[in-house]
Amino acid sequence: MHKPSFIEKNIRILFPLPAFLFIALLMIFPIVYTLALSFTSWNLTSGAPMRFIGLRNYGQILLEPRFVDAIVRTLTFTICAVVIEAVLGTAIAIILNRAFIGKSLAKLLLLLPLVSTPVAVGIIFNLFYDPTIGLANFALSSLGLPQGLWVSSAATVIPSLIIVDVWQWTPMITLIVLAGLAGLSEEPFEAARVDGATQWQVLRYVTIPMVMPVILTAVILRLIDALKTFDIIFAMTGGGPGYASETLNIMGFKYSFEYFRMGQASVILIALFFLVLLCSMGIMKLRSSSEN
Amino acid sequence: MKKILASTVVLMSSLCLSATAFAQTKEIRVLLANHPYGELLKAAIPDFEKQSGIKVNFESLQEGQLTTKLTTEFATKSSSVDVFMTRPLQEGKMFNRNGWYEPLTTQDFSDYPKNVMSVAAAGSAPFLVPLVTEWQVLYYRKDLFQAAGVEVPKTFTELEAAAKKLNSDTVAGIASRGKGAAAVTQLSSYVYNFGGQYIDKGVAVFDSAPAVEAIRYYGKLLGSYGPKGVTSMSWENIMPLFQAGKVAMWTDASVFYGQIVDPAKTQVPAANFGIANLPAGPKASSPFLVTSWGIAVAKQSKNKELAFKFLDWATSKELAAKGMLSNITMARSSVWKDPKVLESVNPGLVATRAYAAENGNPLDRPYMSAVGEARDQIGELVIESINTKGESANLAAMAKDKVGRVNDLLKDSGEYGQP
Repeated sequence: MHKPSFIEKNIRILFPLPAFLFIALLMIFPIVYTLALSFTSWNLTSGAPMRFIGLRNYGQILLEPRFVDAIVRTLTFTICAVVIEAVLGTAIAIILNRAFIGKSLAKLLLLLPLVSTPVAVGIIFNLFYDPTIGLANFALSSLGLPQGLWVSSAATVIPSLIIVDVWQWTPMITLIVLAGLAGLSEEPFEAARVDGATQWQVLRYVTIPMVMPVILTAVILRLIDALKTFDIIFAMTGGGPGYASETLNIMGFKYSFEYFRMGQASVILIALFFLVLLCSMGIMKLRSSSEN
Repeated sequence: MKKILASTVVLMSSLCLSATAFAQTKEIRVLLANHPYGELLKAAIPDFEKQSGIKVNFESLQEGQLTTKLTTEFATKSSSVDVFMTRPLQEGKMFNRNGWYEPLTTQDFSDYPKNVMSVAAAGSAPFLVPLVTEWQVLYYRKDLFQAAGVEVPKTFTELEAAAKKLNSDTVAGIASRGKGAAAVTQLSSYVYNFGGQYIDKGVAVFDSAPAVEAIRYYGKLLGSYGPKGVTSMSWENIMPLFQAGKVAMWTDASVFYGQIVDPAKTQVPAANFGIANLPAGPKASSPFLVTSWGIAVAKQSKNKELAFKFLDWATSKELAAKGMLSNITMARSSVWKDPKVLESVNPGLVATRAYAAENGNPLDRPYMSAVGEARDQIGELVIESINTKGESANLAAMAKDKVGRVNDLLKDSGEYGQP
């Protein structure tokens, strides 16, 4: 009788092992390590060894008004940007989901913002937004409209950054929704038309509900990404003026690589991690209920 | 079998050969900054390699990234850096306190101004060789001054009057950095000229009446006559405006003069740009003159002999003269007296440097380990002052709060009350 070898006996463990090790090393370890760091006094500037200090970092950071402001800002930026992107992206996808001359060209042009490097986008938009020599104010004044301070004012910096995010990431939602629309079967649409539904009714009661799970998938992807936005904000404002565009990720960067307070920076990043987790879970719940 | 044996012998001998070659290669790792002098060194390194037989593995980093990389490598004891460019005022105190600089006992420092050496030594053996100095100056547009009938201001009262007169819808009267932490260095000379300081004998004192008055004045100048959006502007935002003819006066570091008059980058004829001493304040006329860049040997370097060879070469008089010819304001005093060099240097630059070398303050920011965080705290005051055109009713109370926070930082690092 054939005696099973070690590999044959343990194949259920051995096959997924590389994937498990990959996840453990590159995903679980950094999270656990960051969590462990958040309980220490590790500060690179002091040169002193790391000490366990319990929840002291949490107390200090949670009581810091700058941290609360950063959470509010992160949520404001994310919610506004993702809602606009979802609405605009879906609308563009619906418009593009019909045959017209130049459709391929339109799709290609849509891809351009997606493939642009965020730092380059940031620099170009900074030039565009410059209050004195920028194109944005030149265009506004040519139309007889009042000029803005864009990223130079605490009041307008977040909306200005949202515009950049919307410009760059709406096409991603469009492309995902377009793929979703292409996969829908024709029958419900034909049935609706036979029943005499108007175009608006078809859109409202057939298209949107059918494509909703795809929209929500796109929203989850964008949401996770928008909560963690770093490159565009860092390249354009560095979190300024003052702290007016400092999101959790930027604050975490400053605490770690400018102030070198690694323990406290870890608290900020753990907070960001849970924020992303909570928001994603919320949307996933919404998605499963929309599927049902 | 014979074939296998022969190929093993060949493989072994080639491995031995390469190991010997590896042992004989003299290599050092050097971290340079993305700075004109870093570029100059980069271009000259092949000559050094040829002369010395030492292979230089260099990396070039933006200044903030350089500090982060060095700090992380040294603090985690994982560094293989031998020589590095360093900013004495930004990281000098922290690096020196943590023992990351190798003391320089055999170098000759007689060619450097005394105030420049004060931050390169900190009471003990010098730990870095100053490379580049910069001092605060007033850049101005001669043509606009002439058209408006304005004289070059000598005092802060005259400076404000000139800014007011030159300010229009299309040209800002004056510009200076307004972007929070970045503004702290340029604000420093204003604070000194009003009779204040950031830190005195290890205690934060920028809530003193003269310091608050200086912050108010700075905010009033920029808030009333500065370019639009000045609170998000550092030098890299102001320079293009000045070069585009949108600003009449600009107070900033001397290091930008070369770029301002570069015909490839500016839309205003070079002859229309002037350079003068920063105007005097009510109490003093003491613009900063700082060592913006130095070069040091890493304490943990395992190739110290080679590292020192590179250091001596990189700080030589010959390279300093080359630097001057590339519009870099070098720290060595002798190059400022070399007639050949002076032929190509703007006389305004020479005159303002001579003034600052005599009267300048060697610090342009709070000199402490947690300088980045302290700059953010003071930066908040700058923004509040600019936003309210110097009228903020909260400024004094805010300054007091920020002083408390900076003192906490000093206490955290054990520097509180230390001269």
